[in-house]
Amino acid sequence: MDNNLVLLLLLTPFVGFLFNIFFGKKAGKGIAGAIGTGAVAVSFAMSVYFFMQLNATGKPVSITLLDWIQIGKLKVDLGILLDQLSLLWLLFVTGIGSLIHLYSISYMHDDENMHKFFAYLNLFVFFMITLVVGSNLLVMFIGWEGVGLCSYLLIGFWHKNQDYNDAAKKAFIMNRIGDLGFLIGIFILAFALNTLDFTQLSKLMSPEVALPNASWTLLSIAALCLFIGATGKSAQLPLYTWLPDAMAGPTPVSALIHAATMVTAGIFMITRMNFLFDLTPEVQNIIAIVGAITALVAASIGLLQNDIKKVLAYSTVSQIGLMFLALGLGAYNVAVFHVITHAFFKACLFLGSGSVIHALHGEQDMRKMGGLRKAMPITFATMLISTLAIAGIFPFAGFWSKDEILMVAFEHNKALWIIGSIASIMTAFYMFRLMYLTFFKDFRGTEEQKHHLHESPSLITLPLIILAALATVGGLINLPGSNWLNHFLEPILAGKHEEHALGSQEYMLMGIALTGAIIGIFWAYAKYIKQGFVPKQDSEIVGVSKTIYNKYYVDELYTFLIVKPLNSLSNFFRTTLEPALGGIVYGFGSVANGLSNQGKKVQNGSIGLYLFAFVIGVLAIVSYLFLAQ
Amino acid sequence: MENILNQIGIENYIFLSVLLFCIGIFGVLYRRNAIIVFMSIEIMLNAVNLLFIAFSTYWQDAKGEVFVFFSMTVAAAEVAVGLALLVSVFRNIGSVDISNLKNLKG
Repeated sequence: MDNNLVLLLLLTPFVGFLFNIFFGKKAGKGIAGAIGTGAVAVSFAMSVYFFMQLNATGKPVSITLLDWIQIGKLKVDLGILLDQLSLLWLLFVTGIGSLIHLYSISYMHDDENMHKFFAYLNLFVFFMITLVVGSNLLVMFIGWEGVGLCSYLLIGFWHKNQDYNDAAKKAFIMNRIGDLGFLIGIFILAFALNTLDFTQLSKLMSPEVALPNASWTLLSIAALCLFIGATGKSAQLPLYTWLPDAMAGPTPVSALIHAATMVTAGIFMITRMNFLFDLTPEVQNIIAIVGAITALVAASIGLLQNDIKKVLAYSTVSQIGLMFLALGLGAYNVAVFHVITHAFFKACLFLGSGSVIHALHGEQDMRKMGGLRKAMPITFATMLISTLAIAGIFPFAGFWSKDEILMVAFEHNKALWIIGSIASIMTAFYMFRLMYLTFFKDFRGTEEQKHHLHESPSLITLPLIILAALATVGGLINLPGSNWLNHFLEPILAGKHEEHALGSQEYMLMGIALTGAIIGIFWAYAKYIKQGFVPKQDSEIVGVSKTIYNKYYVDELYTFLIVKPLNSLSNFFRTTLEPALGGIVYGFGSVANGLSNQGKKVQNGSIGLYLFAFVIGVLAIVSYLFLAQ
Repeated sequence: MENILNQIGIENYIFLSVLLFCIGIFGVLYRRNAIIVFMSIEIMLNAVNLLFIAFSTYWQDAKGEVFVFFSMTVAAAEVAVGLALLVSVFRNIGSVDISNLKNLKG
């Protein structure tokens, strides 16, 4: 029974993908959308069922579909593990996924390739489920690669624009770099421990089991490699640059893949492997530092971006940085908490920005927006709620999760806490900057656009409302005091979670965080409402702002350090080395050709000559033999 | 047996054989008709057979005669194949002149 339901959960989106890719065009847009959305909704229902079951029994479901690989002592199954962690992820992946599919029906309705869009989205959900439910690292890797592929397909969905194709390629290549790290990590673990199964790995790596000394170094390297994999997928320094460019994809894609689900795969993986990272404190330190710096750098870039989706993209990078900060400090449950709340409000923000872009017929530049509050009240209200949530205003979801991260940071390392707090203040500033520029003051676009301003249809606003509601109450799952999430995750994290009794210090920290957020908001208010400041045109930006506006020239730096040398190296190979090596090879060819051109003249077809040569030859041999004696 | 060799010396057999062989060679080299060429080859073959027989008798050894039987068998097979080829060539180009068979030149 469970077996079949798990397969239903896993394969329905895949069936949706197959249907839409082969018959979607013939079936028409309505049916393609309905099938795509329905498939994910079925998965969501199954996730809810298993979640209920787990809550009732407390026992994770573990299924081996088939024996996959057996080499020597290493044995890898195609197995599925539905435990607390994977079910949590399944719930919000399929739940938010369904909402975003619903949204896409309306958003993508004018696109000629709508069926393809839904096919790719379904394929993405299928791979994401694979990633989440895999019972070992290799199955997870299948999903890991699959979501990367879908990300590529969807970023380049509007493939007639070469910039978008480049963005898709960039995302894919950046991810490949990380994936290589992940793969090496898997190999090292397989080599050192002869198993990739999460349950067995956690038994092998529990503190009571003494491993030989040599494997500690090996495990540290493996942990570092896995972390490199996570930096690629979750857009952390130094591999984050693909995510802002990934905004080239349609907005629902940005919401689903590049904000709510796929980019949190790195956090999922590290939480899954928490026993490994607990054994390697050096790697944990690296994770915390990388996370904090990413949070700060990305937030500072977000301060000056003018493309509404770019702001959200950098805010995603920054928020994921905060999650990594929590992971690095060993507070996995806190990171998971923030992943969930972030999924709610960031999906809502992206969908809201999509609604705005939809109303403005593709305009993404905030300098040409403004005053949309009256025309789009629902979009405005939902986005405002989510913005309050991401800024960390009490009592919205983001307040609780971000606050916990900062508390953990405060306890472990004051420097990281300061960095995290600054990043949070910046977040509050640029998010309200986004809100003020988009929804307040007067409209700055063309007259024609103004004429067409309208609230989006209900298929778009309904998901927004649901997500905004979740962004409001999402904090309930882990309120200090009740800590439902912490208790729920206890079996996975083996009781290592951080628990905060509400003392004076905690209240003080909450107060500081809240004050910081409010300072950020007022700062934005003073600048963009009081002074009515509108960001300048690109050419007028100078000084430090220009550096930040151009994202610290990191892309240019990568171009200079990696792409350019690689290009000139390949140029050298192409123009110098290839002709040289090729010349030698071709030389042999032409010498042989010339010789045989001479030689073939002997074969002139005259049998008489052949016979003559034959007789002469025999005579020559015979006389030689004679004379030699 | 030796009587025969006594009556006509072994060297005469060798001379005859060499003569036949040379006739064969010149036939092969100078004639243009494929059938004549073919016949010349047969002459050469038989010249060698003759030599075999002669030495077989000379050395009182039957190996040479056995060898001749083999060579005759092979020659018969070869004639069958060769003539079949010639018929086929004639059907295709309407002559058996070997100077016309130049399609395989390099």
